[in-house]
Amino acid sequence: MAEQTAKRQINVPMMADLAARGETPEVLFWVGCAGAFDDRYKRVTRAFVRILEHVGVKYAVLGMEETCTGDPAKRAGNEFLFQMQAMQNITTLNGYGIKKVVTACPHCFNTIKNEYPALGGEYEVIHHSTFLQQLINEGRVTAEGGESFKGRRITFHDSCYLGRANNIYEAPRAVLEVLDADLLEMKRCKTNGLCCGAGGAQMWKEPEPGKKDINIERAEEALATLDGNADVLRHLNGVESTAPALPAGSNHGGSVIAVACPFCMTMMADGVKNKEREQDVQVFDLAELIASAEGLNA
Amino acid sequence: MHFSFQNILFLLVAVAGFGLFFWQARKIRANILVGRDRDMSGNVNERLWKTLLVAFGQQKMFKRLTPALLHLVVYIGFIVINIEVIEILVDGIFGTHRFLQFLGPVYSALTATNELLGALVILAVAAFWWRRNVQGVRRFTGPEMRAWPRLDANVILYIEVILMLALFTMNAADLKLHGSALPGAFPISQFLTGLLPDSPAALHVLERVGWWAHIVGILLFLNYLPSSKHFHIILAFPNVYFSRLVPQGQFSNVESITHEVKAMMDPTYQVPAPATEPDGSAAAPTPFGAKDVDDLAWTNLLNAYSCTECGRCTSVCPANLTGKLLSPRKIMMDTRDRVEEKYNSPLIFSPNLYGKEAKHSEQEHLDKENHTLLRGYVTPEELWACTTCNACVEACPVNINPLESIVEMRRFLVLEESAAPNSLNVMFSNIENNGAPWAFSPSDRFNWADDLFLTEKGTSLAKQA
Repeated sequence: MAEQTAKRQINVPMMADLAARGETPEVLFWVGCAGAFDDRYKRVTRAFVRILEHVGVKYAVLGMEETCTGDPAKRAGNEFLFQMQAMQNITTLNGYGIKKVVTACPHCFNTIKNEYPALGGEYEVIHHSTFLQQLINEGRVTAEGGESFKGRRITFHDSCYLGRANNIYEAPRAVLEVLDADLLEMKRCKTNGLCCGAGGAQMWKEPEPGKKDINIERAEEALATLDGNADVLRHLNGVESTAPALPAGSNHGGSVIAVACPFCMTMMADGVKNKEREQDVQVFDLAELIASAEGLNA
Repeated sequence: MHFSFQNILFLLVAVAGFGLFFWQARKIRANILVGRDRDMSGNVNERLWKTLLVAFGQQKMFKRLTPALLHLVVYIGFIVINIEVIEILVDGIFGTHRFLQFLGPVYSALTATNELLGALVILAVAAFWWRRNVQGVRRFTGPEMRAWPRLDANVILYIEVILMLALFTMNAADLKLHGSALPGAFPISQFLTGLLPDSPAALHVLERVGWWAHIVGILLFLNYLPSSKHFHIILAFPNVYFSRLVPQGQFSNVESITHEVKAMMDPTYQVPAPATEPDGSAAAPTPFGAKDVDDLAWTNLLNAYSCTECGRCTSVCPANLTGKLLSPRKIMMDTRDRVEEKYNSPLIFSPNLYGKEAKHSEQEHLDKENHTLLRGYVTPEELWACTTCNACVEACPVNINPLESIVEMRRFLVLEESAAPNSLNVMFSNIENNGAPWAFSPSDRFNWADDLFLTEKGTSLAKQA
């Protein structure tokens, strides 16, 4: 029953080309600036496109017609710049008659879903975690045939703009469930999740003076969770209850911090690096994990 | 009991107590309404349901079990024991004695419940006092917890104990005076009668002292509320009712900017005429964002008055946790202090020393231009430390939203003063010029799709069959 495999090149469909042929996609994939420019997050974009191709969803991207949603400008208080960006994007999206948008960035997701309607852009917007969950539920993604995550420790870091901002807590966890890995929750998770430190335009500035960088605080919590380090967990701030900790153990290579946001990716990866743990702890996006488990990586 | 001088005195005291409270409440209402208009009407059912869950049902308190249970005892005690206040009012005005006794067994159940709750309230208050003053729970500390907020928190606890002790003095004396003839059931006071003198005259005086102390204490407490964080027992309900129904990630849209942007993109777009004063003259243009309290929406000011300074917001704030200046609780306390400084103080006595005396030198105080909520109280350093993560909003048991106020002040800094940190100005110009917050060329936006391959899984033999 050996599966035969073949490599094929993907020509990512551009919305302008589809429109020229009079076609409409099932869903528009909003790549986002991080997904398009950040070397690390480009790999997430590519993984997600592989999944889209693999399951045969009819999708398209805007390519060079896409521009920043305006999220960082709005969070930083520059409402004027935000609205300029938003109107430009809405003109593009409405021009193509887009109905449904999927994106791997919680910030783009939140902005297009919640803030574009007031400016005339109304679409069904879903985050890629929800999209992947749907593919799994429909049996179109099985997470078989690729890398096995069985028995590996994975902890999911909630993105603020997915979680508290939009109440999406279960979809990313449901996606991770299919990996058959050892899923661990951090003490500060779901509604109590601790920010990675990059939201609200912090991604583009140095933090204010303080005792510690936020991503270090969060990385320490994630690493302690994966290590089962009860000492660290007991001394975390902002939680009054004590979650049961794993028995202590430090060397169980191949643990994963799963994220669903480009900024969280950067912050958590930097935090892990700061703690000199890149050797045994990696930071992956949900789409990368699924593409890898599904055996789609070329 | 018969109608007497005491009844007239009581009537005067009660009218004065409630009158003074309504006078103060009206001033606070006026203070809240200096905020900008914001339409929070509609969705009545959804809002009532939320009020029932979050305010009446204490839903969000239960994120932290220990304080939630302690608070629940005091909260239920407050509500149930207040039924007794109705009786006190009727007895006081009409000279009756325990007028609700016609309820029979129900009355016994009521007095017994009151007594048990009263005892539990004393225990809960003692635990609160312990947590605050001995255990030193971290969120009760912080730079904004200066002398007055710390004193206020303890004063509230002391008053609550005094009110409960007055209740027990009254019941125990009454019980010893009348014995089993006294209507009602007194599971706690029956053990206290031994502590009281035997002389009927002394018992009568004690019963009166307890009775008067309870009702006068309540009226004094009522008039203390407007000066205190304890005002939350009233404003928590409207504050939850008027809290936002949209997703927490959705920031408000600035409509005046929408008109400008639309006019820029489409020259034929008609910008609505500017607002006019009632006399027909053009109204002063409102600034973008908030510099002072009257630039905030009235709901933001209601937030500030509903804050009970519990510090749950600050204790989960990632910026605060890592040692930055930002404290969402401080933003709320600053807002309340500033609105009372700028507008008429609603207080019969003015204990809010926290704002000016504690914080500003004489010279700064003379600097009228910069003595506003922004800069006078809240510094840009605090505002720029916010990650807009909504942890504070999520944590607040009464749905206060410090994030809205933070963003409004950021808007003022950026749009009116161009005073963003330089790195953010670089980000803005990147978006303007490249359509991305980083300095990448827009023509490289699609490079990620180069040389993209998919490992295609062949159809297995089993599936073919």
